Amino acid sequence: MNQKNATPVLEVTKLVKYFPVRQSIPDSLRRKPLVNVKAVDNVSFSLARGEVMALVGESGCGKTTIARTLIGLEEQTSGEIRFDGKIVGAQTRRARAGVLSMDTATVGTREQQILPHMTIKRLRQQAQMIFQDPYESLNPRSTIFEVVAEPLVVHGIARGRGERVARVKTALEEAGLRPAEDFFLRYPHELSGGQRQRVVIAGAMVLEPELLLADEPVSMLDVSIRAEILNLLNDLRKRRGVSILFITHDLSTVAYFADKIAVMYLGRMVEVGVTKDVLKNPQHPYTRALLSVVPVPNPRLRRERVILQGETPNAANIPSGCRFHPRCPVAIERCKQEDPRYVEISPGHLAACLLAK
Amino acid sequence: MTETPLLSIRHLDVNFIMPDGQTARALEDVSFDVSPGQTIGLVGESGCGKTTTLMSIMRLLPSNGRITGGQVFYNGLDMLTFSERQMRDYRWKEMSIIFQGAMNALNPVMKVGDQVGEAILLHNLMDQSQANRRVDELLELVGIPKSRRDQYPHQYSGGMRQRAMIAMALACAPSLLFADEPTTALDVMIQAQVLELLKEIQQKLGLAIVLVTHDLGVVAEVCDSVVVMYGGKVAEYGNADQIYNQPQHPYTQRLLESFPDLNRTVDQGAGSDQTLASIPGTPPRLTELPAGCRFEPRCHLRIERCSQEAPKLIDVSAITAGKGHFAACHLCQGPEAAF
Repeated sequence: MNQKNATPVLEVTKLVKYFPVRQSIPDSLRRKPLVNVKAVDNVSFSLARGEVMALVGESGCGKTTIARTLIGLEEQTSGEIRFDGKIVGAQTRRARAGVLSMDTATVGTREQQILPHMTIKRLRQQAQMIFQDPYESLNPRSTIFEVVAEPLVVHGIARGRGERVARVKTALEEAGLRPAEDFFLRYPHELSGGQRQRVVIAGAMVLEPELLLADEPVSMLDVSIRAEILNLLNDLRKRRGVSILFITHDLSTVAYFADKIAVMYLGRMVEVGVTKDVLKNPQHPYTRALLSVVPVPNPRLRRERVILQGETPNAANIPSGCRFHPRCPVAIERCKQEDPRYVEISPGHLAACLLAK
Repeated sequence: MTETPLLSIRHLDVNFIMPDGQTARALEDVSFDVSPGQTIGLVGESGCGKTTTLMSIMRLLPSNGRITGGQVFYNGLDMLTFSERQMRDYRWKEMSIIFQGAMNALNPVMKVGDQVGEAILLHNLMDQSQANRRVDELLELVGIPKSRRDQYPHQYSGGMRQRAMIAMALACAPSLLFADEPTTALDVMIQAQVLELLKEIQQKLGLAIVLVTHDLGVVAEVCDSVVVMYGGKVAEYGNADQIYNQPQHPYTQRLLESFPDLNRTVDQGAGSDQTLASIPGTPPRLTELPAGCRFEPRCHLRIERCSQEAPKLIDVSAITAGKGHFAACHLCQGPEAAF
């Protein structure tokens, strides 16, 4: 292993993202303290080259916020994101100012504007996001060729016509759209849901990124097509060595190709570990509950399910102690006061629960 | 199934006239029975006719849709002969529907409680004050606190809206409930809550439920029998155990294989070199149906005969040692189904 392979593609340390809640004028006159929605609250993880990590949890647990922060669509409140060993994200705001200043030229010196601007642009060349809904994420007025070639245009790569066509063709074919030329001049509405998601993946892969952030890439698709897209992502990982952060609420879709699973609840990772460890020996009651409600496609195996009542509480008002205790089926008195630390169950398998052994 | 069915669909055919004048054969020869208190699942990929089946039964097809043949018996009466006025009496009082997409199916400018009560008042079942009491009962039944009846849909979460939709469907105490993809847009935990709620309500009220979904896992959790549809036809029909453990139609087999099973994957070791089975290709366009079996172009077991002749529904109960198991495939042996 050379030096490059040893550094993780992505290293996230103590990432925090709060969204301030807008205050009414009377409240701000009364100097009420500002309320924050704690979307991501102290999350650390790393992702090696070619590794697939699944981020699992209910709506509103902060999965998507993590992805958006990683790619610079949000700026983190605190914490560090290292991509390929280089710090990114901290300068995002200035970077955005830099982008704006192309037209307005108001913020910072020219030097300050350009430096961070390069950083985020380079990041977005290396890390690409796949969004949930292929019916909404493609421009209906662009041809498939334009959609897939756009990242090349934006980043000024493959400027020659021939080279650009070749790159787009390879990307489409790798995404399983063969022969690629047949798709060049078609529009998104002519394609099925599965084909559209393949176009989205081709558009993400055309820059040959190191990291894919896949935000629920199959939840809008039919079951039979789901399998195809999952196989495609697995294939890209194996052939191109791309790392994937796979965001989902459905454990069954990730079990077969994620190397690691991180279960999130209310902005915190409650359990992390190698897929097999987490699924075979879940320690956090939340993980257990999530596992028990995954539908099993066999009526003979209907089993006792742990159905949590209610929904994820408001992230602006996180419960004291363990944030899961109000919904936890096995909570004890101590859970109300003490915020559990991570307990190492086996190497690399961590759970934040007072009852974990 | 010896008891008289509550609903029986016989040889239902539905066509759509497309804007370009072509005819799409949305449903062809669809037959199945729903017994009182039973839960039956309609499964298949998008565009296979699941929702069209429900809409035809409710007579809510869009204006370019025509029922061209078949019967829909409800308690022995053929509803297809009903006038619109009679039909209006049946809708909601006898059978009601939870529409697809709870996120958007509620009226955004009307209080949730009023929407739930609307059907009761429209059917003149009771006066306003009784209706209010009934709404409170219904909301309690589906687990929505009374204090939230005067709120608007945007103040509800996705799971709550789905609960409100269920309350609305139950407003006039129907005996048959259609649920069109009731959990598709929801998280797994909320999905589990909603399914649990449906089961509970079914037990309490003795409802029959027809559940439309593409999620085989959901069907396995709640359904007694299953109709697998493909390209507007019934591919396989039987009880849940037969369908999941002895599937006879290649489409059902493939569909089951492509469903990621958590137990199976964990045992094989995650992250290994396994690939999920998938069904290559897409369902046929209903305007250009193949001459033979509709699944033939995608089928891994096809034979010569499949491309020429459409298979009839075969009674395969003898093979699977049970009753009422049917599959439409040339590879299945048995007498023709006597519907």
